[in-house]
Amino acid sequence: MNKLFKSKVITNEEIRESIYLISLEIPINIESKPGQFCILRVNQRFDPLLGRPFSIFDHEKDEIKFLYRLKGKGTNVLSKLKKGDSITFAGPFGRWYPFPKEDFIVVAGGIGLASVYYLIKRFPHRAYLFYGVRSEREILFYEELKKLSKQVYISTEKETNYTYKGVVTELFKEKGMALPLPIYACGPMIMLKELKKIVDESRLCYVATEERMACGVGACLGCVIRTKDGFKRVCTDGPVFDLRELVL
Amino acid sequence: MMPSLEVKIGSLSFKNPVLTASGTFGYGLEYSQFVDLNLLGGIVIKGLSLKSKQGNPPPRIYETPCGMINSIGLQNIGFEAFKKEKLPFLKRFNTNIIVNFFGENLDEYIEIATLLDETEGVHALEMNVSCPNKDTKWRRMGLEPELLREAVRKVRLQIKKPLIVKLSPQVTDIAFMAKICEEEGADAVSLINTIPAMVIDIKTRKSMLGTTTGGLSGPAIRPIALRAVWEVVQSVKIPVIGVGGIFNAEDALQFFIVGAKAIQVGTANFINPTVTVEIIEGIKQFLIDERIEDINEIIGSFKE
Repeated sequence: MNKLFKSKVITNEEIRESIYLISLEIPINIESKPGQFCILRVNQRFDPLLGRPFSIFDHEKDEIKFLYRLKGKGTNVLSKLKKGDSITFAGPFGRWYPFPKEDFIVVAGGIGLASVYYLIKRFPHRAYLFYGVRSEREILFYEELKKLSKQVYISTEKETNYTYKGVVTELFKEKGMALPLPIYACGPMIMLKELKKIVDESRLCYVATEERMACGVGACLGCVIRTKDGFKRVCTDGPVFDLRELVL
Repeated sequence: MMPSLEVKIGSLSFKNPVLTASGTFGYGLEYSQFVDLNLLGGIVIKGLSLKSKQGNPPPRIYETPCGMINSIGLQNIGFEAFKKEKLPFLKRFNTNIIVNFFGENLDEYIEIATLLDETEGVHALEMNVSCPNKDTKWRRMGLEPELLREAVRKVRLQIKKPLIVKLSPQVTDIAFMAKICEEEGADAVSLINTIPAMVIDIKTRKSMLGTTTGGLSGPAIRPIALRAVWEVVQSVKIPVIGVGGIFNAEDALQFFIVGAKAIQVGTANFINPTVTVEIIEGIKQFLIDERIEDINEIIGSFKE
């Protein structure tokens, strides 16, 4: 019964256009694992009604961070919160990325970085990161990622001095496919679909998924996605799934 | 003195009148990490059918102003799996277990009701008459008085445990439907089920849900539910259980005042997993503040 927290905002900053990083106090010691998520109750009113699920971007002792993109009603209200404001959240919930036993590959698309950053940080100097964004301006935490990863490859729509032109799955295919390592991925559906096409069935590939969610604890069955064994809940059977399981 | 919150529905006693609504509390287990289930008046289990059911294609939920629309499609693990995997856990708690049930046709309704009646650890049955069944005439049992009459009569004949019928708001006269349930031997009625609703994505011009329509729940429907309960209370003598957008003790008390014997908390569980316990505490506090010794004194105390 320790998964519900009354917390305060430490910081909530727009770090790029429409991209925010919110940092919250954690009143008691909790354990979290990369790939898990929390549900943030953005206000105490009835509109927006539901809490919003966010991947844990980072967690250290009494501070937990979430990276989010301004998208709709919920994130709009969330983005207005200021230092010292009260907020309740529940979690951590869900299945995490199975811990890598050796070096590993990370494929991140856009805001999908929110789910894999914590993994890269928890297992430093072991990740080959393939990170796709539209433009150079959208690259987040470049210096940190370079320090934490074994190698960083970035794709953008246009080629730049340190990025490759194209989509991240193409970049991964070219530079990372030959590495005999497990893959961890998070990004838009189109990226997951492409991964499903190009990654061999014998290869371990864990992906974090997303769906509209209500309860977050497996009760409402609102957040299901298709798998080979029928519908499964993103909140409790996921959000991390073995790519081979998913019907995309 | 601590006020008494105990209420009776049929032969069944409830330590307090706060239950969970079907489909919003899973099989109980999911919320046991937040709530001591012993504190609840009762748990209404997610709609159960004879065989497991896959449910509707995603997306299954969409948030609307002060509410949400769902089209879960009654996904459930089926009677046998419930009995084997979920019920032993639920039996450990001192609370009433009410199983909401449905079937694809009336025979299936009767069959699962009979099985639940024989199952130890199930204290009462809640019959879902407003579910989107496959395209049989029974799909409309919650909408057409004569189908409702036949369905309730036939299920009633088969079972000894208290039978609650959960009514759809999608009728012209819900009090009339409740009356039919009473005449056919139902021990109580619960209302309202969700209200059919839809939302469209203007770019794709498709529904925001995997199915075209879904059921609206949450605070948005609460005044409608309250009005429906009030209408029903005036036409039947059996207990009425109020459901629909109850989020706090104040909401719950409105239902008691118009005459609900108990209430169910649904969508609110998704937003605040400990809400049921907070509602129980809030009701208790209100009774203390108002110097009322027994919840039953407030039930039906509405002044027109």
